[in-house]
Amino acid sequence: MSEASAWTQLKHNRNWLGFWFMVPAMAFLIFFLAYPLGLGIWLSFTDTRIGRVGQFVATENYEWLWDDSIFWLSVFNTLLYTFVASALKFAIGLYLALLLNEHMPFKAMLRAMVLIPFIVPTVLSALAFWWIFDSQFSIISWSLKHLGIINQNINFLGDTTWARICVIFANIWRGVPFVAITLLAGLQTVSPSLYEAATLDGATRWQNFRFITYPLLTPIIAVVMTFSVLFTFTDFQLIWAMTRGGPVNATHLMATLSYQRAIIAGQLGEGAAISSAMIPFLLAAIMVSWFGLQRRKWQQGESND
Amino acid sequence: MKDFTRRTLLQGGTALAATGMLTGPALFDFAKAWAQSAPWKAEPGAKLTVMRWKRFVPAEDDAFNAMVAAFKAATGTEMNVFSESFEDVQPKASVAANTGSGLDLAWGLHTLPQLFPTKVLKMNDVADYLGGKYGGWTDAAAKTCKLGNDWLGIPVATNGGYLTYRKSALDKAGFKEFPKDFPSFLEMCKALKANNTPAGFALGHASGDGNAWLHWVLWGHGAYTVDQNDKIVINSPETAKALEYCKALYDSFIPGTASWNDSSNNKAFLAGELYCTANGISIYVAAKTDASKKELAEDTYHALWPVGPVGKPTELQLALPILAFNFTKYPNAAKAFVAFMLEKENYEKWLSGAQGYLTQTLNAYESAPIWKADPKNEVFSQASKRTLPAAGIGTVGEKAATAIADFIVVDMFANYCTGAKDAKGAMAEAERQLKRIYR
Repeated sequence: MSEASAWTQLKHNRNWLGFWFMVPAMAFLIFFLAYPLGLGIWLSFTDTRIGRVGQFVATENYEWLWDDSIFWLSVFNTLLYTFVASALKFAIGLYLALLLNEHMPFKAMLRAMVLIPFIVPTVLSALAFWWIFDSQFSIISWSLKHLGIINQNINFLGDTTWARICVIFANIWRGVPFVAITLLAGLQTVSPSLYEAATLDGATRWQNFRFITYPLLTPIIAVVMTFSVLFTFTDFQLIWAMTRGGPVNATHLMATLSYQRAIIAGQLGEGAAISSAMIPFLLAAIMVSWFGLQRRKWQQGESND
Repeated sequence: MKDFTRRTLLQGGTALAATGMLTGPALFDFAKAWAQSAPWKAEPGAKLTVMRWKRFVPAEDDAFNAMVAAFKAATGTEMNVFSESFEDVQPKASVAANTGSGLDLAWGLHTLPQLFPTKVLKMNDVADYLGGKYGGWTDAAAKTCKLGNDWLGIPVATNGGYLTYRKSALDKAGFKEFPKDFPSFLEMCKALKANNTPAGFALGHASGDGNAWLHWVLWGHGAYTVDQNDKIVINSPETAKALEYCKALYDSFIPGTASWNDSSNNKAFLAGELYCTANGISIYVAAKTDASKKELAEDTYHALWPVGPVGKPTELQLALPILAFNFTKYPNAAKAFVAFMLEKENYEKWLSGAQGYLTQTLNAYESAPIWKADPKNEVFSQASKRTLPAAGIGTVGEKAATAIADFIVVDMFANYCTGAKDAKGAMAEAERQLKRIYR
């Protein structure tokens, strides 16, 4: 008996057909995700510069970064920025989601308004914040001076502490809608009958939240916060448009330092090493979320351990 | 991209006609005659793709476009010209160098041709032709483009930055003329602050303004990042003195300069908050062209950078070199175009269009009409002559360009002035960063 042709196999063999359906997705993942990541990691082991091909230098770039105070300052800034901004985005986002889940007048309009910061292009909002916090022309300083509260402008972006506060504030403003709207979507899936039963049993509003809302919202919180942490950790546009990492590198994140060293200063290998150094932190954030979700056996129909 | 036609030429000419320069048909006739006698004959069917930095003064763009259109009409060379922002020119030129395609000519900043010396067309004949005809090249311009005896590109112009100040504020502070040395300059800044008419210079990551004035302070004290052999010498008593001087200046500045980028001083000066700063001529040009700022423009003057304890000018001005890639199919057309750009009939008109924003690198153009058209322009005519190359006394090249792009000197001064580090810590960090780059 002769072997079936490839076309016949394709028509009759479901596994064969399934494989070919997968090929476009695999190709997409390999060429647009895996390859750039692999190339970036490879570059980090070379002394490649913009304009010339580099040589393999093993871990030299990482060794220099290990003793580079600006690199470690950028790591500190990134962790501080991510931790503070993500925590506050979660708190404010959850509060807004709970509020918007209640019956209230103009509910649809209010929900739409929450999304406004999310739909404004990041660079535009960054430029707006740059003006708001400008050392000479800040509307905040101007208002407080006219109210007689301060005598001279607040040095928002020229003082290291203030500058950090300002960029974190801008990130929170921009990121809250994502958290709020996603958590609101999760809240909509909680059955009202659960609250009715709990209320009949004499549960308070806090107990409703603690024992019904929060447990049922946990999977969404895990996903939202994972994304929120990833977006915040890798933020670039807000910082670059507002401070370019200044003053005295106090707001340089790993992403902005990587850009400065790789593209502006032309040292692609070193910039790639800084970018690659972000990977362990990002993996850790994903792992925390992943294992947190895996541990919840209720997902498989069992109670939590 | 722009495709230049005779119509474009005439349009450009119309815009310049008011200045009484060679325009329209006259420019075309000159171009035609020049093409017949020039040492380089464009290849038949030549097409040149040119990338340049995005213009800041519209009239400069008009003059450039008219020149390009005249060259096209006279030589039959197709010209595609496109602009990129300052910071995008280098990466895009590098991509072309890497791939060996896409561009024939790139007009960029600092030491661009030094980044890929094996990929550029040697311009020795063009440099000799222009240098011989127009009084020779300024020292810094030649150093910026030369590697050994070879010219890797042609230094078309320098973007000069000088002191911009309000005369009324200086008068009130008791200064009849702008200070010429460091101690007097500090006294003036203190006096300006006392009168609530402060000075201010960018101490943030401002690629142009921040690097310019802080290198001036550093070099003025005889301190350098590297010596003639590229040995790192930043950690020195001279640097410590420069830090002290800069801190004293910083204390007299308007608050907030640690956050300033390149546009901050323009905004503050034009808003009447700032009375002395360092900038290109753009503040004055903006004030002149805004009817509501007539008084401010009349009160605005320019001055040379004061000379530091080393006793000679120590300025860092922005070089603007052009290069042709060696993979271009039309090397003669490329050389002809570069030479044509710098011929008197084009170049002086172009300088006039730039209104002082561009400064000549060929000595003969010191007498160009633009420098006498307004007495307040004259200072900027000195930029190419007084500046040091981007490397200071070290080797011009990618390492020096990286050190500037990485804000090593800016961060060192900012660290000390803002109190983030003491003098030893600030110098040690700069030294460590320079070792990273010069390894």
